[in-house]
Amino acid sequence: MAVQFDGGVVIGADTRTTTGAYIANRVTDKLTHIHDRIYCCRSGSAADTQAVADIVHQHAQVYTAIYGHAPPVATVAALFEKMCYENKDQLSAGIIVGGWDPEVGGSVYNIPLGGGIFRQPWAIGGSGSTYVYGYCDATYQEGWNEEQTLQFVKNTLALAMSRDGSSGGCIRMCVITKDKVERHFIPGNELPRFWEGKEVTGVEAVGLNAADMVIA
Amino acid sequence: MNHHPGAWGQPLPAHAQFDMFNPGQSYRQAPKAAPITHTQQPLVTGTSVLGIKYEGGVMLAADNLASYGSLARFRDIQRLHPLGKQTVIAASGDMSDFQWLKKELDSILREENGLSLTDSHPSLSPQHIYDFLANLFYARRSKMNPLWNAMLVGGWDNKKNESFLGFVDLLGTTYSAPTLATGYGAHIATPLLREAYEDKAGIDGKGPLLTAEEAEKVLADCMKVLFYRDARSINKYQTATVTSEGVKISDSKSVETEWGFAESLRGYGAQNQ
Amino acid sequence: MSSIGTGYDLSVSTYSPDGRLFQVEYANKAVEAAGVAIGLKCTDGVILATERLLHSKLLVKGANRRIQSVDDHIGMATAGLLADGKHLGSRAREEAGSFRENYNDPITVQILADRLSGYTQAYTCYGSVRPFGISTLVAGVDKTGPRLFCIEPSGVHYGYRATAAGKGKALAKTELEKLLGAREGGIGVKEGVDEVARIIHLVHDDNKDKDFELEMTWVCEASGWKHAAVPQELLVEAERKARAALEEGMEED
Repeated sequence: MAVQFDGGVVIGADTRTTTGAYIANRVTDKLTHIHDRIYCCRSGSAADTQAVADIVHQHAQVYTAIYGHAPPVATVAALFEKMCYENKDQLSAGIIVGGWDPEVGGSVYNIPLGGGIFRQPWAIGGSGSTYVYGYCDATYQEGWNEEQTLQFVKNTLALAMSRDGSSGGCIRMCVITKDKVERHFIPGNELPRFWEGKEVTGVEAVGLNAADMVIA
Repeated sequence: MNHHPGAWGQPLPAHAQFDMFNPGQSYRQAPKAAPITHTQQPLVTGTSVLGIKYEGGVMLAADNLASYGSLARFRDIQRLHPLGKQTVIAASGDMSDFQWLKKELDSILREENGLSLTDSHPSLSPQHIYDFLANLFYARRSKMNPLWNAMLVGGWDNKKNESFLGFVDLLGTTYSAPTLATGYGAHIATPLLREAYEDKAGIDGKGPLLTAEEAEKVLADCMKVLFYRDARSINKYQTATVTSEGVKISDSKSVETEWGFAESLRGYGAQNQ
Repeated sequence: MSSIGTGYDLSVSTYSPDGRLFQVEYANKAVEAAGVAIGLKCTDGVILATERLLHSKLLVKGANRRIQSVDDHIGMATAGLLADGKHLGSRAREEAGSFRENYNDPITVQILADRLSGYTQAYTCYGSVRPFGISTLVAGVDKTGPRLFCIEPSGVHYGYRATAAGKGKALAKTELEKLLGAREGGIGVKEGVDEVARIIHLVHDDNKDKDFELEMTWVCEASGWKHAAVPQELLVEAERKARAALEEGMEED
């Protein structure tokens, strides 16, 4: 997921990669560096999204070499969109691009499966996202600062991870502003916890002996 | 005699001669490449769009939703798009294809507009754009790679001084009528639109057309019914008008809905408490 | 023309012994024969203008324009061979279009000028082609503000506050220098239109030159930050003022 705030963006993701029900990697880094102040969150096929991110990363470097400045976030998002749209038949890639550029500040672009492009103040994607649309709609507000945004991302991810079997592990987040790219890590045993169902209590068998037992 | 190593031990096919200008070419049959297959499926989709001709123009309507399956994923997107000063297109179906189409048409219009400075040729009329779309959609479906949309083209023809309204879809199907709708709207809204239109214009369409206010009212009615009955719709939509004055696309708006009657409803038949 | 008859002027892929490319210099001659083109960068936009010489009274009014649109926000004026200008114009539109397509961002005037200059330069490297017989003024307003460049037949390009190409460019440049020299903070487009019209009328030699039509475009707030022709009524008024100013100037002499 990625959320824009005044002055930058916070991006975040869980760390689970699965092959069917088997967790192939429980500490994956899905926050992928594209350029100094531009990252993406990858969901879908790991192979496809890594390949696409690598290509866009290369484009971004060439852009910088040619034009002498970093590409705007909109341009990087457009490069992703172009690849995802033109190869929609062979790709399974849902990508969220988040970053900072001097012209528009923080911005978030969502590029879902078919390869459309949608700019949003916040975006969620991947299998767990469907479970937390309601939470995000009810919680998100414009005008948050970095701290509030970070908290929102952390809680959203924790909720999605607790309901979705294909999500889980730890939380990785990243704050991108003009001045910094700052990583945050929440280990899997320190995740925010919400309602988890009633406490299930056990029973202890006492006062029974062999004589009381009825033999049917 | 073909001296290329690839042809060693191979007899020349009948009548084939050595091509001395392309000695590197092998005469062995190249393996047939697997046929390229496409036929996508729509992923992020928009539902019905509506259109109606009225006195002095044409009006289109589309809600602001792009669905992802049954998930109402993007609730603030615009499905009406102006093309110059006399045409608007409205798209249902796959939104990524619509975005591609917007880019394509915008670049064509930009080029036409640029050239009109040097060579004073007329700007593209709604009919031109419609014909282009029809050809494009048909060409794409013939390549088994359709643009997954049903579109309405609304416009004002400055030369003929009359309004334009046309339909084109992913198969390249085209038709024109004074009222049009795509998707669910074709089933639910068309009768309502026709009724309103024919009430004034008559079945032959020779009477007076609806006023802009009346057209907006009937479109609002249709959007309401579609909101009631189309599970891929939201109560947030925009209208576009094209007149000789140009194109106007409204802010998004919603309709008043009625649910109060349901309060006293009990059970589903015999039950009454 | 010391080069004539020496044999070093036959191909653009042959240097003269003192390191010159005569074909490129001849291309500059083609530019100097053309009616003047002026570009002026203003505080709030840019202006392009050409003096379109009419070689026949039978020509349709307003035809054979020398200023072209490249993108929404960029225009270019050429001085020299008109057909070369058209060719470079369509190349410019391709470059601007592909930049937009690839990066979802309008091209900046600087990048466009850089690419056109590279393209122009390539025509000075091969014996099988001739250099373009044009100087091109590329002007527009992009995210970095108003920009103006001139690309010469050799392929070099420079950024300018104001510049001119074609016949009488020296006089036009002197006038532009005077104009901007007198205004510390630059000039606005409204005033710029009048001044550019005046300079073109001044540069035009009524006795020697053929009749001409003034062609002027701009990119500014009034044009919606799009490259568009300066409205007819403004142009007529600017020309009226230009003629009046010139007559006044003559009386003073």
